[in-house]
Parts: sequence; structure tokens; C-alpha cells
Amino acid sequence: MIAFRIDRRSGVATYLQLVHQVRQALRLGVLEPGDRLPTAREVVEAVAVNPNTVLRAYRELEREGLVEPRPGRGTFVRRSLARPAAAADSPLRAEAAAWVGRARAAGLEREDIAALAASVLDDSFPPPEPPPPFIPAPRPPQTHTHTQEEDT
Amino acid sequence: MTDDPTTALRATRLGRRFRGGWALRDCDFALPAGRITALVGPNGAGKSTLFHLATGLLRPTSGELRVFGAEPGTPAARDRTAFLAQDKPLYPRFTVDDTLRFGRELNSDWDQASAERIVRAGNISLDARVGALSQGQATRVALALAFGKRPDLLLLDEPLADLDPLVRIEAMGLVMAEVADRGTTVVMSSHVLSELENACDHVLLLKHGAVRLDGDAQRLCDSHLRITGLADPATDDGLPPDVDRAGVVEATLTGRQVHALLRHSDWSPGAPWIVENPSLEDLLLAYLRSDSTPGTSSTSAEAAA
Repeated sequence: MIAFRIDRRSGVATYLQLVHQVRQALRLGVLEPGDRLPTAREVVEAVAVNPNTVLRAYRELEREGLVEPRPGRGTFVRRSLARPAAAADSPLRAEAAAWVGRARAAGLEREDIAALAASVLDDSFPPPEPPPPFIPAPRPPQTHTHTQEEDT
Repeated sequence: MTDDPTTALRATRLGRRFRGGWALRDCDFALPAGRITALVGPNGAGKSTLFHLATGLLRPTSGELRVFGAEPGTPAARDRTAFLAQDKPLYPRFTVDDTLRFGRELNSDWDQASAERIVRAGNISLDARVGALSQGQATRVALALAFGKRPDLLLLDEPLADLDPLVRIEAMGLVMAEVADRGTTVVMSSHVLSELENACDHVLLLKHGAVRLDGDAQRLCDSHLRITGLADPATDDGLPPDVDRAGVVEATLTGRQVHALLRHSDWSPGAPWIVENPSLEDLLLAYLRSDSTPGTSSTSAEAAA
């Protein structure tokens, strides 16, 4: 189980902050396959955001294949993002550290190096598809006609 | 007129006049059920008047307001509505237990277990006198009283005013948790726009007693553009000549820089402009500042469609 934090000044959409924090927890091994994510109620009680924001974040994680809902039981982690090749003692990390050292020696500032790395990453990875528009699901006591209003 | 179950609160040409003039006039809106609506406006815009009309404490001067299709103040509407007024009126000499019993006796469909759970989660003793509670604890008891009623529509007038930052999050978290459990429709007024941004998914903005903005929060942000760039020397407002002036919510010219909020714009910049969708807070501030709001009716018509 993890606890979420919301940075209201970050400019990053709240549901994306939740998505990022789950991905981060999966990378760090804080969450492992089979673990349950907190329920929407638990999340909104702690961080005071709209319940639909949590459902939207969980739907995005589900779309990425990282979690799966099990009806009546909650949302569970399907796979980990922990990568041994990215660990602190990996050869890749040592190479990256050496490259950053050379960039600094060449006179680049932190921002220059980040921009250079980002541009190389952009060349290597195609731009991501935008997520599908989110349609809030009707909550239990509401009737199903609620979704029709969302389609307009 | 239609009263479909997807609308919790519907106003039709709603007006209310006091001795000093119209507090609300010719208001048309439909607030969706199961959503959390932010009711925004400057002081005197008519927010509290609207809450009092929705609870039946006031009668409209013209037009009508319906709560799930029923007239406010009738048993059908009253049973489904809970209202937490700005000053959170509670009897200071009552104990917390007395206060909940009061709620139980006034409401046939009272949920004592939920009300007690909300009180206990705040570490408040049922034997404590209401007058001896802190502001945050009193808010929690008031919310317990509101949720014990099992409302379908919860009206909150400035629920977080006078609370310290930790208690604000706690109180808002409590409201969100109950909404997650029950799908309660909430209409909440606040001057703290940044707090509304994360909690609300629908917006009703009142100014001078009229509806200025009514719609889905995300859709409103997506349908507006915040643009910043080098002012066009050929125009008075600094905006390029091909920008539709009817869709300009606000424009500020500072030296050579022009900064504007555009509505429903398909304008795409030819020159290097910084173009982004506004945050909800940015959008609301722009509408609160702006007095020229052309085509408000088209905005609300779109939201009601």
C-alpha cells in the first residue's frame, strides 16, 4: 500500500501526479505485483481531491497494463517496473555518470545537460499517444442515465 | 420542461429581489447529479441567496428552482437536501450526542452509525459540549449532522472559512470520502479557488446576480486558451486582427507584451505565441475580473445541452 501526496502548485494535472507516484512506487519496488492500491475513498479522504480524479488515474494505470481492478475487492498491481539494469550499482548508471562528468567538463550547466538528454530521448522514443478522453463513471446511487449527459 | 434524474438542481429564469434590488436575476442553469459543483462569485453575487432558495428558506421572486424535480421546501425536496450554512449554526449548550439526537428526531431516514463514525474519526467525545469544541471539531460535527441525513444533495456555503490549513484538508477529505461512498451531489461555495480546483468537476460562476459560467470544469479549461506574445502594433488591444473579439474574455497590454484569455477559440497563432489551456483557477479569476462576458448564454446553453 502507498500514500499519495498532491502538489497543488506543480502545474501537473492531479490525476497524472497519482499515476506518476504509482509508477515511481513500482520502479522502486515499494509496490509489487499482487499489492492492492488504496481505494478511491481512502485516497480522497487523505488528499481531499475529487473521487473521479482517482478513478481516472487508476483507469490510466489499467490502460498501461500496470494494475487491474478485481470487482468488489479493489485495484491490484499486475506487474512491476523495477529494472535491475537501472539500479544504483548497474553498469548503465556508471556509464551515465561518466557521460554527465564529461558534459560538465565540456562546460555544460545542469539545464543544458538535461535538455541534451531529453532531446536524445525524444529521438529514440516516438511521442506518446494522448490518453483517451475521460468520462466519469456514474457513482453507485446514481442512475445509469448519468453517462448520457457526459456524451454531449 | 424536463426533469431528468441527471439534474440535481435546475433553475429556470430564476430571480430573487430584495429591497436593495435583484440578488439573482434571470438565472438558467442545470447542475448535474453525482458531481461536485463549485459555486463561485464575488461577495454579493447571489451565492448565499441561491443556497437559501434551494433549501426553501427563501422563495423566488420570479422563475423557479427545482431540486431533483421538486419544489424546494416541500417534503420531497427537503428530505433529499442538506445545507451547511456559512456560520455552521449549532447549539453551543448541546452535547455532541444531543446534537446528533436532534438530527435523528428531525429526520426519518437518519444514519446514526455514519454520523457517529464521522464524529469519532475526529477524536471528538460524544459527551463534549458543542460550545467547547474547536472550529475544526465543530465543522466535523456539522458535517456529521449533514451526512447523517443521507442527503442526495449537499449544499455547503463556505465550508472551509475560518479553518486552519490542516483542518481544511481534513474537512474537504471527509466530504470527498462521503461522496466516493454515496455519490452525493455537492454544491460548494468558496473563495479559495485553488481548493476548488482539485475537489470540483463542475463550475457555476455568478456575478452581479447572473450566471457567467456554467459547465464541466475540464471541458471549460479545454475550450479556453491562455495566450501570451508580442503585441500587434496595428490594433488597440495588441491582439492580432484575426482573433475573434467576441471570444476575448480578458486582454492585458503591458509594454510590448499582450496576455489574453480566449473562449471557444480555433485561432491558431502565426507568430511565436505561447498558447496553453488555462488552469481552472486561472479561468475563474479571468471571469471574475472580466466584466465584458459576451455570449454567456451560449456557454450555459452548451453545458445544458
